[in-house]
Amino acid sequence: MTEEVRIGVYICHCGSNIAGTVDVEEVARWAAHLPHVVSSRDYKFMCSSLGQELIEKDIQEMGVNRVVVASCTPQLHEPTYRNALARAGLNPYFFEMANIREHVSWVTTDKVEATKKAEALVGAAVGRVAWHQALEPLFVPIDSNVLVVGGGVTGIQSALEIADAGFHVYLVEREPSIGGHMAQLDKTFPTLDCSACILTPKMFNVGNHKNVTLLTWSEVEKVDGYIGNFTVTIRKRARYIDEALCTGCGVCEEKCPKKVVDEVFEAGVGYRKVVYRPFPQAVPNYPVIDRENCTFFLKGTCKACEKFCPTGAIKFDQQDELITVKVGNIILATGWDLFDARRIPQYGYGRLPNVFSSMEFERLSNAAGPTGGKIVLRDGVTVPKSVGIIHCVGSRDKHYNNYCSAVCCMQSLKFAHLVHEKTGAQVHNFYIDIRTPAKAYDEFYQRVMDEGTTFIRGKVAEVTDTARTPEEEGKVIVQVDDSLAGMQRRIPFDMVILSAGLEPRHDAKEVAIKFGISCSADRWFMEKHPKLDPVATMTDGVFIAGACVGPKDIPASVAQGSAAAARVLSIIGQKEIQIDAATAIVDEVSCVGCQECIASCPYQAIEFLEDKHKAYVREALCKGCGTCVGTCLSKSISLKHFTDDQLVAEMTGAMVAMKLFEQAQTEVA
Amino acid sequence: MNYTYFPGCSLEKNAACYDVSTRAVASQLGMQLTEVEDWNCCGATEYVSLNLTAAYSLIARNLAQASKNAGIDQVVAPCSACYLNLRKCDKVLSHDARLAGRVAESLAAGGLSYQPGSLHVRHLLDVLYQDIGIEALTAKVTKPLRGLRVAPYYGCMVVRPDFHNGGGHTEFPTTLDEILQALGAEVVDFPLKAACCGGHMTQISEATGFDMIHRLVKSASDLQADLIATICPMCQLNLDGFQGAMNRHKGSSYHVPVLYFTQLMGLAMGLSAREVGIGEEIVDSRPALSRIGSEMAAAAAEPRRPRKDDKALPMPAPLKRA
Repeated sequence: MTEEVRIGVYICHCGSNIAGTVDVEEVARWAAHLPHVVSSRDYKFMCSSLGQELIEKDIQEMGVNRVVVASCTPQLHEPTYRNALARAGLNPYFFEMANIREHVSWVTTDKVEATKKAEALVGAAVGRVAWHQALEPLFVPIDSNVLVVGGGVTGIQSALEIADAGFHVYLVEREPSIGGHMAQLDKTFPTLDCSACILTPKMFNVGNHKNVTLLTWSEVEKVDGYIGNFTVTIRKRARYIDEALCTGCGVCEEKCPKKVVDEVFEAGVGYRKVVYRPFPQAVPNYPVIDRENCTFFLKGTCKACEKFCPTGAIKFDQQDELITVKVGNIILATGWDLFDARRIPQYGYGRLPNVFSSMEFERLSNAAGPTGGKIVLRDGVTVPKSVGIIHCVGSRDKHYNNYCSAVCCMQSLKFAHLVHEKTGAQVHNFYIDIRTPAKAYDEFYQRVMDEGTTFIRGKVAEVTDTARTPEEEGKVIVQVDDSLAGMQRRIPFDMVILSAGLEPRHDAKEVAIKFGISCSADRWFMEKHPKLDPVATMTDGVFIAGACVGPKDIPASVAQGSAAAARVLSIIGQKEIQIDAATAIVDEVSCVGCQECIASCPYQAIEFLEDKHKAYVREALCKGCGTCVGTCLSKSISLKHFTDDQLVAEMTGAMVAMKLFEQAQTEVA
Repeated sequence: MNYTYFPGCSLEKNAACYDVSTRAVASQLGMQLTEVEDWNCCGATEYVSLNLTAAYSLIARNLAQASKNAGIDQVVAPCSACYLNLRKCDKVLSHDARLAGRVAESLAAGGLSYQPGSLHVRHLLDVLYQDIGIEALTAKVTKPLRGLRVAPYYGCMVVRPDFHNGGGHTEFPTTLDEILQALGAEVVDFPLKAACCGGHMTQISEATGFDMIHRLVKSASDLQADLIATICPMCQLNLDGFQGAMNRHKGSSYHVPVLYFTQLMGLAMGLSAREVGIGEEIVDSRPALSRIGSEMAAAAAEPRRPRKDDKALPMPAPLKRA
């Protein structure tokens, strides 16, 4: 502290948010007498432009060179005030914020205690700010390449937006083809356009885009680096097909003698060959060999595909490939898994043949599906005359998932319409609440009601094949508590469809750890802010979009795909990015090179300089958590903006304030 | 393994064979059962709806007596109603201080006391499944029940309400299924496994009671079960004792014997029919038990391969248990 420290203290009323509980005027009067304080004021809204001007004016006219604002959380307005300091020509780090709203006025009704704690926090901030140093933020260049993980409609949308803007995209997809769940669907609500017809042009575009490298049948293995400079390792699994030679003619698929149940694309209700493309419009158009079921890999014979391939593209000796790419930003659009309805055994899925899951029904109804679009019972022949559709299976149920899966109401209404249209069957929908909030959704609901679907409100107790009356024999019977009529009902059906909910991917947690982001308790990926920053994460440079963030229908997913792309493009446009200066720094003189800090760093931000035998903090990676500071045995690491001097001054400030307050109280008494 | 044993009234009379077989199986499995000294009726299902203090004092007296068995905090009850009452009483007294005070007063009048939460009341099925475990049970099986098709019947009181997940899944439990499978029996996917047997309905509204019994017996018979395995004296009484009356009422002619699961366990462990009290049931189980060791119809083989002309759609495989 060579120059004279002149502190300005500003206490915010936040309307009545703070002033209703804390005696703000008293706090301002009290703070005026603290050491180095030259100006102490209270104001209705410090974050308003007038409030900020107050600070700027004091800096310019009174020579204030350290600023304390006591208001809300720094998460909300620290940048606001730092900018005000910068405008007045002061280093933005000569600023400290005392949170007297979230930490004081909102958590108590006791005015005396609230004022005491507010004074303690202001005292702490004043004590600390005197020791603040001028810091310069770091700028790192941004790599303009982007990684998009997940080739469903969300990922495709993101990839196309970025590629069209002229930047390169690596699109990684786990399955043999892009397309995701949307490619499996028959019609899309509420417009009833054919799902494949609107999706395949986008798939084709992204597959043939000059700025897109498509990596299907691939998974991300490892992510290193930080915003602007990620290094990503991708495992490209062996397809056993030479992509350069394959023309996608499909002869291998035709000649392959073995069929297995397709659990992924056909949702278990259809078969595929062992060498296969999930569907005819697959992008890329070359197939993969399912090694686990392939007769050649199991028994060493067959090779029918190899024999008939006209271009010699079958390569049984192909190996997995590890590809390393450098990208500046990452978008995760990893999607969702269908709730496994077998987990609710009383609904009969997996036990009763004519109970179908929603995805099974999509495949039945899809013209490219196993029945060519005919809605039939499990025997593959009989057309149902009565169909029951159960909503909220595995959603809004405390035993499974508490959340609403958002798409199932509209999906169930769509099913009702399709059953009517294709079979003329009687349809009953069993719902808890009907949720049709988006554009043209409720009109669709009304249309389905007009078509003659019966709606019964109530939670279904069970789906059983145990008949009580002759009419129930041979049927699947839905037992439901009709909560509008106030009675139990038993209704026999030929077919029951379970509108199963959406769940996070089974490996969502591992993926989150891999990319350094977090999951909510339900395992959905966590947004930076659920309302104001819905596609960003707490990890800079990693964005999330679509149903991996929470249940979403196609329009919402596409919107998020575009939103994430826009965020990425705005970062690329900045060419370089500012990193917070509050990072750790190693004193090379005293560092003994024990490397304890390297092991302790959760961000892999510390490296070991072999030549100097010293630790070195890569500032761009450092998040300023301070773990290494605590670990360092020789006390050679300090955290900028959290130095020992600053922390001691902060604590002393708080304790002195408490002491003074108690003394004043005794005098009054 | 030491347990305090609460037999309950049924196990002295109509369900004496449940008591006999439980003790026999327990000694085979190395479980020490110490009976609660001077126990009394648990109040069955009715008393709690008449007078809470009296009803809970009646039950709590048993808990107080049980807590005299020093060093044993596990109480096992084979009767579902006894289990539910003891378990419920312990839980209610832990949460309702006013009622607990009144109950403590009544107990004190008899020189007794009970600290709610100090005992773990469990049903026999839960103890056998969790503490003994399928693996140890399988190891004890010397005469597998091969050839016997069994419908596992849990009734309602053990699985619901779900106090401590003792009965497994509340709607569709599988613990008894697994035990019976371990004994070598063929277990049918019994859809009414957790449905109500009617309780005392036969005494209140005969037609309703017979309807409920008919449903269960018919379903087991339709599934070609040789017998029903039960875990509850009330269920056994209804399905076995009233099967004839139900048949007369409905004009049907079902003959589905109903045995306690402990009786089947005993048989599989090599005990004689007499040692596990077989022969006391009303619907004769001998024809069914004579099937043990007989050839079964070929079990469903591997998932069949689709033929070219076969249009049937594949079924989802049953969920693997964790």
